[in-house]
Amino acid sequence: MSNRFKLITDGFVKNNPTFVLILGMCPTLATTTSAINGLSMGLATLFVLVLSNIVISAIAPVVPDKVHIPAYIVVIATFVTLVQLLMQAFTPAMYETLGLFIPLIVVNCIILGRAEAFASKNGVLDSACDGLGVGLGFTCSLTVLGAVREMLGSGSIFGWNFLGGNDGMLAFVMAPGAFICLGYLMVLFNKFLKKS
Amino acid sequence: MAVKSNLKNMALCLTAVCLVCSALLAGAYALTKSPIEAAAKAKTEKSLSAVLPAFQSVEATELDGVRYYTAVKDGETVGYAIESGTIGFGGPLTLMVGVSADGTVYNTSVLSHNETPGLGAKCTSDKKFMAQWQGLDPAQKILSVKKDGGDIDAITASTITSRAYTRAVAGALDVYKKIKEGESHE
Amino acid sequence: MEYFLIIISAIFVNNIVLAQFLGICPFLGVSNKLSTATGMSMAVCFVITLATLVTYLINKYLLIPFNITFLQTIAFILVIAALVQMVEIVLKKTSPSLYQALGIFLPLITTNCAVLGVAIDVVTKQFTFGGEAHFLNLGEAMVYAFATSLGYGLAMVIFAGIREHLAMNDVPKAFKGVPIALISVGILALAFMGFSGMVK
Repeated sequence: MSNRFKLITDGFVKNNPTFVLILGMCPTLATTTSAINGLSMGLATLFVLVLSNIVISAIAPVVPDKVHIPAYIVVIATFVTLVQLLMQAFTPAMYETLGLFIPLIVVNCIILGRAEAFASKNGVLDSACDGLGVGLGFTCSLTVLGAVREMLGSGSIFGWNFLGGNDGMLAFVMAPGAFICLGYLMVLFNKFLKKS
Repeated sequence: MAVKSNLKNMALCLTAVCLVCSALLAGAYALTKSPIEAAAKAKTEKSLSAVLPAFQSVEATELDGVRYYTAVKDGETVGYAIESGTIGFGGPLTLMVGVSADGTVYNTSVLSHNETPGLGAKCTSDKKFMAQWQGLDPAQKILSVKKDGGDIDAITASTITSRAYTRAVAGALDVYKKIKEGESHE
Repeated sequence: MEYFLIIISAIFVNNIVLAQFLGICPFLGVSNKLSTATGMSMAVCFVITLATLVTYLINKYLLIPFNITFLQTIAFILVIAALVQMVEIVLKKTSPSLYQALGIFLPLITTNCAVLGVAIDVVTKQFTFGGEAHFLNLGEAMVYAFATSLGYGLAMVIFAGIREHLAMNDVPKAFKGVPIALISVGILALAFMGFSGMVK
């Protein structure tokens, strides 16, 4: 039990996908224009990660070695399409905001990476916990990055405007701000959280 | 660990995975089809009720490739909502423009845009910019931004977006004229 | 004229890395040295153009007629994975020197989201390029895909040049590696923002 709990908590600091493993940079940079967008993208990825980890750990023993990558990709793509359809149906506005980056969850290296490194070698429950931990760590990083960019760039947080309608520094909502913010957040992470 | 690969089990495994996944997705597609259509319809209805005076029913029509909606209340036409597209700063900009029966603009709403966040994207949130379209009478105002000698207040630092928005409204009013002409011929 | 606008737009205005955030992982991963950066850019260029051609045709003649566009993501990623494998085999047999140059990058390209991103964008998004908003035809799609990959190469080569210099400087410990690289890309992206709005 404590082992599984550790699998979940590892995803936050020790194996944090964004700050330590440096995986899945594209959605991290592109969708974090606000805290809520970052959170939604994180949750969509979490959903795919947990389900694909479960299915892949279940089918891994019967998949022939040479075709395991295509087989895993098909499984992942199925869950991504499922998320796509569900979001289109129930959160159409968010689907439009995140746009291209929902189908691109397929090529998010975190998911195939966890499938290869963990799910294909471990049991279903452990894999689910691993997916949950890494997914939550990813969600957490994206929400933090989104919140920082939203605060600096639009002067609001989760849509609540604390600058009284004044504009923030717009560059932080745009592309350059994404790179610079993530760079500095990584510096802070290295300085205070990472154990050398 | 994984099974040793040979041609037969590789083909079998991939076919099985593909079949199961496609079947699963076909099922999901069938289940989500009606909610997706309902969501798209709700979006159109929301923008229609924002740009038109109170109405009981609408009818969608196409005129020269432009889609417009005729709103009817108690058997009388109370206004038209016209979809009007143009090119903004970052890409296509599509508006829904509501025109009252007397030919004045009732209200406008953005259907889709690619404008810069915090600048051009304010065309969906800037109260002053949005309010000036309500009740605008095209016979009394010049439809271009003040910088170009017109009567429209542009969004600060977003002249190109404001010009595009103005162009889209003007385009919708042209369509309105055509609709009226078509009706008087009948 | 329109092709010219497509090329300018795809390379500078909407640069795939600096404005659209696609293909960042390999961009950060292999931009340490100018030579590997060039190799990767060439491999990406090759695969993006080829993959866009194939996925465009599949979408038009298979997915749309049978009304199964919801299988788009699966179909496209499978095509890309198969294509990368095929390119690898063909190169190995026909041009060992090119294979030596691009070989190690090819397997990485399957999970490069730039390839899938461009393939999906081309068939789902409406582009304007100075005229009416429209879906791209095959010729435009090919030009767009090729120019986009040139933009990828441009960003990659510029950045590898910057990074070679960064490596020689004394950077504070917490900034070493990826953080300082990200901050430099941010400044590069700031420079590329000067192109925004030039082509619509």
